[in-house]
This record gives sequence, C-alpha cells and structure tokens, in this order.
Amino acid sequence: MSLLSIEKLSLKIGNLSVLKDVDLSIAPGEVMGLVGESGSGKSMTALAIMQLTPTSARIKGRIAFNGIDILGATEQQMCALRGDDIGMVFQEPMTALNPVKTIGEQVAEGIRWHTRASRAEAEDRARKILDRVGLPDQKFPLTRYPHELSGGQRQRVAIAIACALKPKLLIADEPTTALDVVLQAQILDLLRELVAENRMSLLFISHDLAVVTEMADRITILRQGSVTETGETARTLSDANHPYTRQLALASMHVPARAAPHIDASGPDLLLDVANVTRDYPGRRKSLFSKPETVRAVDDVSLTMRPGASVALVGRSGCGKSTLARMILALDKPTSGTIKFRGLDITRATDDELRRPRRNMQVVFQDPYGSFDPRHTVERLIAEPLHLLDRKPDRKERRDMVVRALHEVGLNRSDLDKYPHEFSGGQRQRLSIARAIITRPKLVVADEPVSALDVSIRAQILDLFAALNHRLGIAYLFITHDLTVARAITDDVLVMHEGRIVERGKTTEVLANPSTKATQALVSAAPDLHRAIARKLQEQG
Amino acid sequence: MTAYLLKRLLIGAATLVVASVVVFLVLEVVPGDPARLMLGMNASDAQVELLREQMGLNQPLVWRYLDWARGLLQLDFGKSYTYSVPVADLIKERLVVSLPLAVIALALSTLIAIPVGLFAAARRGKASDTAAMAAAQIGVAMPNFWFALLLVYVFAVWLRLVPAGGFPGWSAGIWPALKALILPAVALALPQAAILSRVTRAALIEVLGEDYIRTARAKGMPMRAVLWRHALRNAMIPVLTIMGLQFAFLLAGTIIIENVFYLPGLGRLVFQAITQRDLIVVESVVMLLVAIVVLVNLVVDLSYALVDPRLRTRQ
Repeated sequence: MSLLSIEKLSLKIGNLSVLKDVDLSIAPGEVMGLVGESGSGKSMTALAIMQLTPTSARIKGRIAFNGIDILGATEQQMCALRGDDIGMVFQEPMTALNPVKTIGEQVAEGIRWHTRASRAEAEDRARKILDRVGLPDQKFPLTRYPHELSGGQRQRVAIAIACALKPKLLIADEPTTALDVVLQAQILDLLRELVAENRMSLLFISHDLAVVTEMADRITILRQGSVTETGETARTLSDANHPYTRQLALASMHVPARAAPHIDASGPDLLLDVANVTRDYPGRRKSLFSKPETVRAVDDVSLTMRPGASVALVGRSGCGKSTLARMILALDKPTSGTIKFRGLDITRATDDELRRPRRNMQVVFQDPYGSFDPRHTVERLIAEPLHLLDRKPDRKERRDMVVRALHEVGLNRSDLDKYPHEFSGGQRQRLSIARAIITRPKLVVADEPVSALDVSIRAQILDLFAALNHRLGIAYLFITHDLTVARAITDDVLVMHEGRIVERGKTTEVLANPSTKATQALVSAAPDLHRAIARKLQEQG
Repeated sequence: MTAYLLKRLLIGAATLVVASVVVFLVLEVVPGDPARLMLGMNASDAQVELLREQMGLNQPLVWRYLDWARGLLQLDFGKSYTYSVPVADLIKERLVVSLPLAVIALALSTLIAIPVGLFAAARRGKASDTAAMAAAQIGVAMPNFWFALLLVYVFAVWLRLVPAGGFPGWSAGIWPALKALILPAVALALPQAAILSRVTRAALIEVLGEDYIRTARAKGMPMRAVLWRHALRNAMIPVLTIMGLQFAFLLAGTIIIENVFYLPGLGRLVFQAITQRDLIVVESVVMLLVAIVVLVNLVVDLSYALVDPRLRTRQ
C-alpha cells in the first residue's frame, strides 16, 4: 500500500499546461527521486501535494495521501496535514526563514500549532530537533535570528521545522542546490539519517541526476509536465532505455571536446600576474568606540595566467574566490599586493588608464537574468562594453559587431531587437557571453557561469566556452564550486580555502590526487553520476 | 543596539543644530526691522535704536545666534512682536490642542488602515479588495475640508452629537474637550488612513510573495495566522515610515481643518504670525517642528530596530 499516490494529475495555469497526467506513488519509508529540468513541473507537483499551488492553477486528477483525498480536502484539513504529516523543505535557505523571528520561535510554532503544547514544551521539543539537525545549544540557542546563520545552517533550521513532528512524508524541493558541494553532502547525509530514523518517506526533487541517484530508491523523470520514465534508480539509469533518460545522463557527464590549448608557454608575457594580494574588510564592531575587527577575505594570494589559458578557481562558498575575481576585474582594490594585467598594475591605475584593461577583460555572471536590464534590447545590452573602445563605432558598425558576437554564441540577427525576457535561461547565458566577447577580450572571468542552468543547456554552454577558447584564444578564469565544470573545461586549477590558495596544478592531477584537506573535502563531496550509479547497482542488485 | 541608538541621537542633534543655523540666517536676511515693527511706523529713530539695544539686535550675528540658541535650549523663545507675550506661552497654548489632535488622528488612521490593508492584501484581486482600495482612492482624492464639512453637517448639525467647532479648553473637562476634537480628528485621519491602508496593502502583498510565507504555510498555519504572525511585522517598515511623515504633517499642516472647526491650533498660529510678520513666532514654531520631526524620526528609527532584528546588529 503506498503512502502517497498521484494519479493522472494535470495542472493548468491559464492556457499553460504545467502538468499532464502525472502518476507517482511513494511507499512508506521509500525515497522517491523526482528529476527534471527547470519548468518540467517538479515543484508544482510538490506544491500540489501540499495544496499550496497558486490560486490561478486548475487541477485535475487524484492525489491520495494516507487514504485522504488531498484535492477534495478542505483548507482546514490541509492545515492539519501540512507540517504534521507532510513536511516540506525548499530550495533557497537564505529566504526560507522569517527574518524577524528567532529560529526557536519558528521551529516551535508548528509544534505548538499542531500539538497544542505549551510554549515551554514546544521550545523543549524545538531544542531537541535543532540539536538533532546539528545546531547545538551552545552555539545556536533558540534566540538566534536567521541572519546570524549561514546558508547551510539555515537549511538545517528549515529541515528542523519540516521534521519537527516526524511527518510521514517529507518533501525536499532542491534542498541543496543553493549550497556548495561540501555543505550539500552534509545536508544530504542529514536527510538520509532523518528519513531512516523516523521511517519517513521522502520525495526528493532535484535537477541533479547524480544527487538524486545517491539519495533515491526509485526515480521518476519529468519532462515538460509529463512523466517519461519511472523505476528503480540503479536500473533506470544504468539501462537508460528511454532516450530522454539517456540524454539527461549523458548531458550531466558531458565533457566538451577541446583542442589542445594553444597556450604560449614559452613567451615571456604573462596575461595576468597577481602577487601577494590581500583584501581585508571591516568586520563587526564590538562597541561604538572600539576599532572594528578586520575580516580577511583574501589572504596573500599569488597566481599567474598565460594568454589563452583556462584556469579554474574552485572552493567552498565564502572562501574568497569572488572577492579575488572582483579585484582581478578592477572592481575592487586589494588592501595590499599588486595585480598586473598585461604588464599594467591595475591596482594603482587611474580610471583612464583602466579603459584598455577593462576592454580586454570581461565577465560572465551566474544569473543570466539578473545581469541584464530588462528594459534594454539585446542590441543595446550586448553593445554596452563598446564604450570602452578608443573610437566610438558608428551605428552600422555597432550593429555589425553585435551581430557578429551573436553569431559567435549561436544566436541570430533576428534577436537584435528582442528583450531579455523573450529568451530561455540558456539563451540568456549566451547573450551574456556575447556581451563579454564583443570587445575581443584577452580574459573572461566567469563566476559560476553554468550552475543556474539545466544539464543539457549547461553542456551546450560548456561547449560554447570551449569553442571560443579555441577560436578566439580567450583565456578563462572559471570560478566554481562544481568540480565537474572544472574538469570539463580547464587545464589548471587553483583551490581556495579561507582566503588562501591551498593547492594548485593541472586540473586532472589535482582532482585525481588531492593533497590538502580542503581539496579532498571538495573532491569527496562532489556528486558523481558514474560513482553514484555503481553504488546503487550494488545496493539494489 | 546601543551603538545604533547613540548614532541616531548624534545625527538627530546635528540635524537640530544645522536647522537652527538655517532658520536663524533666513530670518536675518528677510527685510524688516523687528524693533520698528514692534514700535510702529510713527516711532522716532531714537526710540527704535533704544529698543534695538534692549533687544540685543545691535550685537554681532554670532553672538545673537548663540543667545537665541541658548534661549531655545531653555524653552525661552523670546517675546512675540505683535502680542508682546512670551512665545513659549503662545506655543504651549496651541500645542495643548494640536498635539492631542495629531495623536488622536494618527491613532485613528492606524486603527483603520492596518486592518483594511490586511483585509485587502488577504483578498488580493477579489471584489472586496477592489472595493476597499476604491474607497481608499476616494479617501485620498477627497479634500479633507469638504469631508470635514460633511462630518459637521451629519454629526453636529443633524445628529447634534458633538459641537460644530470651537474648543472649550481642557479646563472645561476632558470629555467636552475631547468631544470638540473628535470631528477634526476624524476629518484628518480618514485621508491619512486611506494612504496608509494602500501602503500597508502594497507592503503586505510584497511580503506575501516571500519564501518564508510559503514556509509558514507549509507548517500548517492557516492564512490568517500567517498574515498576522509572519507577514504584518515584515511589512511594518514602510508603514512606520509613512506614519512618521504623517505625524509631522498632522501637527502643523492642519491649518485648513483648524479653520473649518475654529480650533486654536499651531497651524493657525503660524499662519497669523506669517501674515503679521511676527518673525520670532515663525522662527520658534519652525524650530519646534524641526525638533518634533527629528524626535519622530528617532522614534521611527528605533521602531525599525524593534521590528527587524537585522538592523540591531548592523551599523
């Protein structure tokens, strides 16, 4: 008998069909993985189980949970179920908690609501569950506010809220997508333990095939609102009978074909020479009159890059990699040390002197949507860096340059007058790459450029990066916590930990034989589809 | 938290000093000799000179500023040119009307606006939301003096529940005095409530889209509880900002309503002082209002910190 059974669930918002005849069932104690690309309807399925879909959604079909007809249940009945029999953890830990309430209040609230326990009893239980999720009393008293916690810690609080009343079903919607790989591994371990301890069923939603494979007993694959395949995890993925399953699996292991890098190692010229760079930030003041303690974000970092090189800068979130990148891009000044770009010390250059280096280094950010002004046309957006040229191109030249950049990233002339919202996530990332290469830069800094993209799109974007590296001789500095990206597209790797570069060398060698603790932690935590399938095959026979 | 408080206090004090210099200088450059104004056109130059000497008008600018500023600190604002009574007494007389009026009006406006805002936000897009916001739109658009006249007609002339105007003074007893303030307070409060309810609704709707609202719903809290416990406090920052601005306005910007109801309030005092070129009264009232605005802002800043714990730790 299954705990949850979804039959022929269809959901429409306006004329848009979000879910089409979705079938899914979860047995007591089972972990079901729900995989699909963005927009495939994973989250909507989860919200439908909780009856938290947007009011404009029209739902057909049947959802039975523990014998209760969910779609026919009243709001009152649903309130009794939510948080008590069904718990839910969401993707974004930074915003999932109410910023004006203490973590104790937020965990105890659901307990009090469902059990009618006194405040003291509820707080007592909240304390126990917070201890259980790894937030001990000494460091994390109930009176802490969410903003005093890191992303990983906040996700633990969210898990404590969801699991406080030992629900029969836990729904985890991309619970680790916003976290770095080491935190991800810790949170996944915690979820696995809690599920086993309380004999909960788990609906685990993710776009990451490797993560789902590690977690799930069975797996359901969604595509554009329909289930394409469902079955035992190991068999489904190792056989990969369904073409879409195979496509997903291949895309997540995709390594772009790269011609041998044409790095001119003999030449004396360095593209980038970072020497002993340190960056301090003022920290919190103890009182109004004492000097604030300084926080050292980047600590005595030195590195060099040759023209055309492709280098990965990997590390956990908060290790200082983005701060370092900002300084290399001359968007921030180091507290001490020098950064030379093609021989010019950009830490001491005037704005005028910076024009040339700025034109020769461009940046691609993680969130392709957030980095465009939604009211500008593609032509205007991509032409933006052209103001760095010494001679202003006239209208026609400008248009030609934009068109050429669009072609280089696989887009068309017809896209010139469109607005960013008319493009998909992958196309938007192509736009930001077009913007980055229009000035023919020598260096492109890419800050997590593919981590917001679906696996198939991500494979295409990695191919594009590789091709541009070959064709235009652009050097890359890839900032990422994702080792598969580093492996796929870089020759050298720098591992950063707490502001320092702790390990460096050839990417393949360093990641195969990590010598420092920090690198070992990253490597062992990184999800790997091959490994995960092999392990599952053993477990499931 | 103490650092936050201290910093706000220092900023407030600095604002006061700067404002006092500006007010003093502006009135210095305004043409017209206060001594001649007090004595009238027929006074001889010698008499004027004597009074100037007595009033200290012949002393250097800086000296006079310091003298004036010291007086302000001791609540000694000098003497009115037209009434020849201490300005402090004039202001006190008016403040006992204006201050309670402003407080009552603000309280009324808040009591109306927050429930209406909650109601409309919870029923966003439904007919009841549209109706509530249409009413608020009318409230914003309707001139308050016209609304005041309506109130007088209904409650004073027709139902005879309250007086149509005038103020008996607090010596006549609390109830008669309050009765005289009820209609003006309502007339002042409704347009403010209309604005505030729209702000509340907009702030709530924004907050209701936040992830933590979904988290609260996933805990099994019904929508009502989520609104009160999670959404309202997060939506308070813009609401408090508007309330602070409204209080300053209600204290001194109410001249029309004071005129409709024949209330001896601050607004009328300033208006008369300006027409009679009683600059020292204008100067004093302006400084008082600056002080009150600074104080209100301080209170608003502190209430931000009470509402939002993140502001307590940030510098």
